[in-house]
Amino acid sequence: MSAQPAAAPSRTTPSGFDVKAIRADFPILSQTIHGKPLVYLDNAATTQKPRAVIETIRKVYEQDYSNVHRGVHTLSQRSTDLFEGAREKLRGFINARQAKEVIFVRGATEAINLVAQSYGRANIGSGDEILITAMEHHANIVPWQMLCQQTGAVLKVAPMSCSGDLLMAEFEALLSERTKLVSVAHMSNALGTVNPVARIVELAHARGVPVLLDGAQSIPHMPVDVQALDCDFYAFSGHKLYGPSGIGVLYGKAELLEAMPPYQGGGDMIRMVTFERTEYNTLPYKFEAGTPNIADAIALGTAIDYLNGIGMEAIAHYEHELLDYATRRAQEIPQLTIIGNAAEKGAILSFTLERIHPHDIGTILDQLGIAVRAGHHCAMPVMDFFGVPATARASFSFYNTVEEVDILMDGIKQLIEVFG
Amino acid sequence: MLDQIRDLYQEVVFDHNRNPRNFRVMEDATRTIQGFNPLCGDRITLYVKVVDGVIDDVSFQGSGCAISTASASLMTEIVRGQTEDQAHALFDLFHRITTGQEEDANLDAIGKLAVLAGVRAYPARVKCATLPWHSLEAALKGEEASISTE
Repeated sequence: MSAQPAAAPSRTTPSGFDVKAIRADFPILSQTIHGKPLVYLDNAATTQKPRAVIETIRKVYEQDYSNVHRGVHTLSQRSTDLFEGAREKLRGFINARQAKEVIFVRGATEAINLVAQSYGRANIGSGDEILITAMEHHANIVPWQMLCQQTGAVLKVAPMSCSGDLLMAEFEALLSERTKLVSVAHMSNALGTVNPVARIVELAHARGVPVLLDGAQSIPHMPVDVQALDCDFYAFSGHKLYGPSGIGVLYGKAELLEAMPPYQGGGDMIRMVTFERTEYNTLPYKFEAGTPNIADAIALGTAIDYLNGIGMEAIAHYEHELLDYATRRAQEIPQLTIIGNAAEKGAILSFTLERIHPHDIGTILDQLGIAVRAGHHCAMPVMDFFGVPATARASFSFYNTVEEVDILMDGIKQLIEVFG
Repeated sequence: MLDQIRDLYQEVVFDHNRNPRNFRVMEDATRTIQGFNPLCGDRITLYVKVVDGVIDDVSFQGSGCAISTASASLMTEIVRGQTEDQAHALFDLFHRITTGQEEDANLDAIGKLAVLAGVRAYPARVKCATLPWHSLEAALKGEEASISTE
């Protein structure tokens, strides 16, 4: 486990970030694709895993695995301690007040569905409004549409500008006495826009409206402090955070979670069951029905250790340098249009090329060993807004390098040539 | 460079992508159908005019990648004048070739469409090549709703 950056960088990058040492922690990065070194730039879809995370999964299953919270035997106790230890690591990572405010779920999608179906159905009725933004991905649209169908509530969408910035005056104007919940991406997966979430929370709270922040994209790229943000819910996935897939977190303020009905019924979420009635368990177990994703939760804890070893501030700084460099290089290519030029952006470069469809871009770059995403990024309304069927998206991680940005730009120039 | 990819992106594909044939609205179409690939957002509107069981005219509009545009363009050239049964049989063969279920020996039987056979090596792109054909099938069957590759 090499979670600590070396004191003396072996290769100087703009910030002196020791990316070479970091890359050595990710086994998958040192392979070739179609005979070329892999350049993995699809980090907004999912991130690769450090060896420490992979080793944790192996070690849990080889040495410590059993079911949690019920066994009296040693392995069950070990698994329980590791599982709850991971919860505590996640609590610290987002600075929640208490570990019981950290609910393990499958991912950001399940976290949002949990809030929609539990908080939503208990507190939102016919004619009430849920406010989202025009840059949400499907996971922060569809659960609310489903809730609206079930309750007769209305989904309101705050618009954005052509640069991909949320229009704050319009957002504020859409907050009304009928608004019962605001749910906003902290960072857009298709555009990279980082929304002014502190201001959004402030505006909503001034009207007594709770706020869910979809942190699926933001949490891998910046320090997140749920107390400082004062958000009511924060949802994110493990797999975008260098941890395993199938595990994620819903953070909620304890008083809200306490008042919410369970989301799913089953084992572990109960205290006492008879055929007449059931007494529900306390937080966080009330929302964790059934056997949880034990090993992956523990491994997500390892990912947190790994990220803490590097430091989220350092990660944010380095990734900004990469994005700035990539943006500058992209602007040198006349046929390239960047989709999403918000004032505050995370490390995402979404683009189109004149007369070359993103799907063709993706296939040809793959031949050069470069993995980018081509498509609508599960944000079809965003594509409609910009009048494009799809974009190509290069999304960066702290394990990417300036040299990889150059390889991407050279690849783009080559494919422009091929397409003539 | 990019030698392997030349198998997929042959000059004919580039040509039909740059200058798609029969890329127009057809006012007197007997069938109009929307095709959609939700995976990539490609859209095609296919216009077909069938007279006495023969495809008298066929044209398309839409936006898509080079593979789907070239496939649609080539398709409109080839199926014009064919009977519905002939068009169906051709799609069937084309589909089996692009999904790797058919021997290369049959490439001759699909004529110009053979330039798209390279998608076999790119499973993610097979739907791009077959979207126009799925749309034609739906149009010939008289399906009213829009069709999707999913």
